[in-house]
Amino acid sequence: MNQAEFLSVVMPFKDKVFRMAKRLLVSIEEAEDATQELYLKLWKNRKKINSYKSIEAFAMTMTKNYCFDRLKSKQASNLSLVHNNYREKGLSLDSKTEISDSVSIVHELITKLPEQQQLIIQMRDIEQYEYEEISEILEIKPTAVRVALSRARKTVREQLIKQHNYGIKEN
Amino acid sequence: MESKRIEQLLNKYLNAETTIQEETILSKYFTGLEIAPHLEEYRALFLYYAQSKTEYSTQSIQLKTKKQHWKWISAVASFVLLISVYAGYLYDQNKQAEYAFEHTQDAFQLLSKNLNRGTNAVMYLENYKTATGKVFKELN
Repeated sequence: MNQAEFLSVVMPFKDKVFRMAKRLLVSIEEAEDATQELYLKLWKNRKKINSYKSIEAFAMTMTKNYCFDRLKSKQASNLSLVHNNYREKGLSLDSKTEISDSVSIVHELITKLPEQQQLIIQMRDIEQYEYEEISEILEIKPTAVRVALSRARKTVREQLIKQHNYGIKEN
Repeated sequence: MESKRIEQLLNKYLNAETTIQEETILSKYFTGLEIAPHLEEYRALFLYYAQSKTEYSTQSIQLKTKKQHWKWISAVASFVLLISVYAGYLYDQNKQAEYAFEHTQDAFQLLSKNLNRGTNAVMYLENYKTATGKVFKELN
């Protein structure tokens, strides 16, 4: 597999990798680094790449594992200050892209979900993967995917209704 | 009529029983302009998902890292440095050996010169001895 062939196979899902990394790592810089790292790993394993049933699913699993490793090492070094910085960056970016308040509230609500549920929301509601694909990527059963997704959607909705009612009362 | 169908779909959606097609219908409805007032709280949710879909990475992928390149160069550089230091050390030792050789040669030359002088003296003594021998023979 030469470089051109490799790129034509792996480039179509580059933004999905990036968005998944950003969902977990929060900062854009970290997500870009993770994307770069993942593509280097794929390039090194290009000989084995055709033996996988779905290269995209394989890449997403690798992204997930890489991000969890990054999060673990970040927690291990206990850089709470750095983490706060990332949050600020995330917010200022939201304002840059002019997302309205209520939409950025959705973003905040999702970041409060458990990481696994965040990933499932990301893959289903944003990337529109089928349940079977998600279960393959996360290496869990399809029913577990549905249970977690339902839980995540209900949590976000309840919180949204709370926010919504609060807004009405305030006015 | 339509909002009833949307409500049904929303129930399925919350139970994670909707298909991708059904979720596309929901997305279209909530990113559109006409939303039933009692479903208003879902608007932000689907708007957020629609917007998140358009986010993309701006960095281009590099498959051959410069980092590795630098690592390689530094490895070669340190090897060359090591070799040149060793060669310098060898050269210096050679020089020292040559210096020592020259000096010992000088010393040997000095020694042999003195030794020769000694031998000449001894030769002279030998002559003296034979001469005295002759004199004594004649006297006897």
